[in-house]
Amino acid sequence: MEVTGAEIVVRCLAEEGVEFVFGYPGGAVLNIYDAIFKQDKFKHVLVRHEQAAVHAADAYARATGRVGVALVTSGPGVTNAVTGIATAYMDSIPIVVISGQVPTPAIGLDAFQEVDAVGITRPCVKHNFLVKDVKDLAATFKKAFHIAASGRPGPVLIDVPKDVTAHLTEFVYPATVEMRSYNPVVKGHSGQLKRAVQMLLEAKRPMIYAGGGVVLGDAAPQLTELTRLLGFPCTNTLMGLGGYPATDRQNLGMLGMHGTYEANMAMQHCDVLLAVGARFDDRVIGNPAHFAREQRRIIHIDVDPSSISKRVKVDVPIVGDVKNVLDDLLALLKQSKEKNDAAALNAWWTQIELWRSKDCLKYNRNGSIIKPQYVVEKLWEVTKGDAYVTSDVGQHQMWAAQYYKFDKPRRWINSGGLGTMGVGLPYAMGVQLAFPDAQVACITGESSIQMCIQELSTCKQYRIPVKVITLNNRYMGMVRQWQEFFYGSRYAESYMESLPDFVKLAEAYGHVGMRIDKPEDVEAALKEAFSPALKERLVFMDFQTDQTENVFPMVEGGKGLSEMILAEEL
Amino acid sequence: MVRRHIISLLMENEAGALSRVAGLFSARAYNIESLTVAPTEDATLSRMTIVTVGSEEVIEQITKQLNKLVDVIKVMDLTEGSHIERELMLVKVKAVGAGREEMKRTADIFRGRIIDVTDATYTIELTGTGSKLDAFLEAIDPVFIIETVRTGASGIGRGERSLKA
Repeated sequence: MEVTGAEIVVRCLAEEGVEFVFGYPGGAVLNIYDAIFKQDKFKHVLVRHEQAAVHAADAYARATGRVGVALVTSGPGVTNAVTGIATAYMDSIPIVVISGQVPTPAIGLDAFQEVDAVGITRPCVKHNFLVKDVKDLAATFKKAFHIAASGRPGPVLIDVPKDVTAHLTEFVYPATVEMRSYNPVVKGHSGQLKRAVQMLLEAKRPMIYAGGGVVLGDAAPQLTELTRLLGFPCTNTLMGLGGYPATDRQNLGMLGMHGTYEANMAMQHCDVLLAVGARFDDRVIGNPAHFAREQRRIIHIDVDPSSISKRVKVDVPIVGDVKNVLDDLLALLKQSKEKNDAAALNAWWTQIELWRSKDCLKYNRNGSIIKPQYVVEKLWEVTKGDAYVTSDVGQHQMWAAQYYKFDKPRRWINSGGLGTMGVGLPYAMGVQLAFPDAQVACITGESSIQMCIQELSTCKQYRIPVKVITLNNRYMGMVRQWQEFFYGSRYAESYMESLPDFVKLAEAYGHVGMRIDKPEDVEAALKEAFSPALKERLVFMDFQTDQTENVFPMVEGGKGLSEMILAEEL
Repeated sequence: MVRRHIISLLMENEAGALSRVAGLFSARAYNIESLTVAPTEDATLSRMTIVTVGSEEVIEQITKQLNKLVDVIKVMDLTEGSHIERELMLVKVKAVGAGREEMKRTADIFRGRIIDVTDATYTIELTGTGSKLDAFLEAIDPVFIIETVRTGASGIGRGERSLKA
């Protein structure tokens, strides 16, 4: 039986087992929305802005490991979605975005709500398609989901002209995908694996540096087993938090611009570095020339060959799926009769403990003003370290990363690569819908939250009971910090004037609002927010925090990893 | 060391394929000296030849990034092995008076062919490596040149070396 293109779109999504479609209707997608109205296989979540649709789909993917789906209309629907797509692209998140397009005969004629969706998204998608023939629709969906989720994951956009959604054809969903041009490498090269094992066993000052690839590749158990088997120290990138348990002794915390003293020092001074699913980002290793001054041998495991030797030259590149490669390394290490030089490893740990004893994350706990770090620490205690935590971008993001100890992967949901302010609330929505019974906290700032605050309305409609933890210092804190350090304390446009009364705002949207001014009230307020009485409610918590607090340690842009500014030095 | 490289690639002959490659080069600030593209004997495949300049590290990134494009099937750096490079150029020149015979002689020396003639002009067709074409343009007085069209280089590996899907 022949069905419409719109019906095919809906059936493809059902075939892929999609649970939620985050979207916003408009002229070009009306046929698709009509088909959605008639089906019950997946739930549509109506956001209040297309950017939030893509962020929510992205967070759903980050938290579950499955492909997130967003649906937007042509023209402004697509341009609004671009920030969300670029955010997912930078962090390698598998999503499929379906965009409506003007009818095929109108393409290129500057039709109403026309934009070159494929052109405008090309630099920020893994791949995209414009489907001009309804007969290609099902196969394109199959390819899109396959491309999004395999190899190095990423966003895929499918642009569907309105007439194609009305055209008729038979629906046949392909069982498999064959693409001669796309075959990601999944298994590591055996020769390279052997070289890596040898190098690891010869290490005297080893270091494991694990990134988002461990989380996205579901390789946290393998990384944990390998790290424990070898007895090596391990650091995680911002994207990799939870890839190795943060509360474990072998974990040195996060590294990079706001990494711990011990992680950055160990990274700089190790003699063998095992990089797993990480890409030597500028926020992670600082100045590459300074990083290269120390002699060290580097093993780099990554599913994307272009991530290897991009910023830092490596000695043993291993291209493959991180989980497979770590499994193979573990098997080889267990067979090996050689062991690491125990005395050297002990000496290295002694040095690391000396670095750790600096206690670089300590902060002033006295005083009558709420310290933002304290709020995050208390959140960790109140949620027993078991919440899903989303964040926006800025100081609060760094404090969340530093003070919430993530022991499990996929619990920390943030925009690491693109650094998109406004993601926090839609991220929390995507996570809470995926895990209705979980504790979901959105750590944000008074500036970031205002970038997607309209989603409080979506949360009301779908009864999404996330807890919004606003660290309100009346400043774009990270901008303020840089202006203090590098611009002679000239705070150009970083003060947030005319803030709304967030309590009233939350209430206006039908939620619970709280304002917390004193440190002694922090714990009680958090306990109340996460209490059974408010389990079904969104709670918006406005914590009035220290305006002048800065994030430490800090590696200035262009400086080397070991050239950190510590809190005590100021 | 910064060197000139000729990169050959095979990709799916689909709408937008060229823009993916061109977009990659501009987004990542790689040089393009020339780029040529046309379908092969298999109409589903496009063959592209890109001439670029860069250090070893940059060229390594270029080939990796090209391979990463979902539509790209194979990438080969022709300059890594022995290869043949050819470019076609059409030059329209003034050909009057004493200069008319001189122009024909110069074209002959470079094995150029005159493919269009008027009272006052010749159009000369020349093939060769890029540097041969440059040499021709240097050999004639620039005041005689009316118009120049070049295709950009195409390249192919010597002997058994080939790029197949």
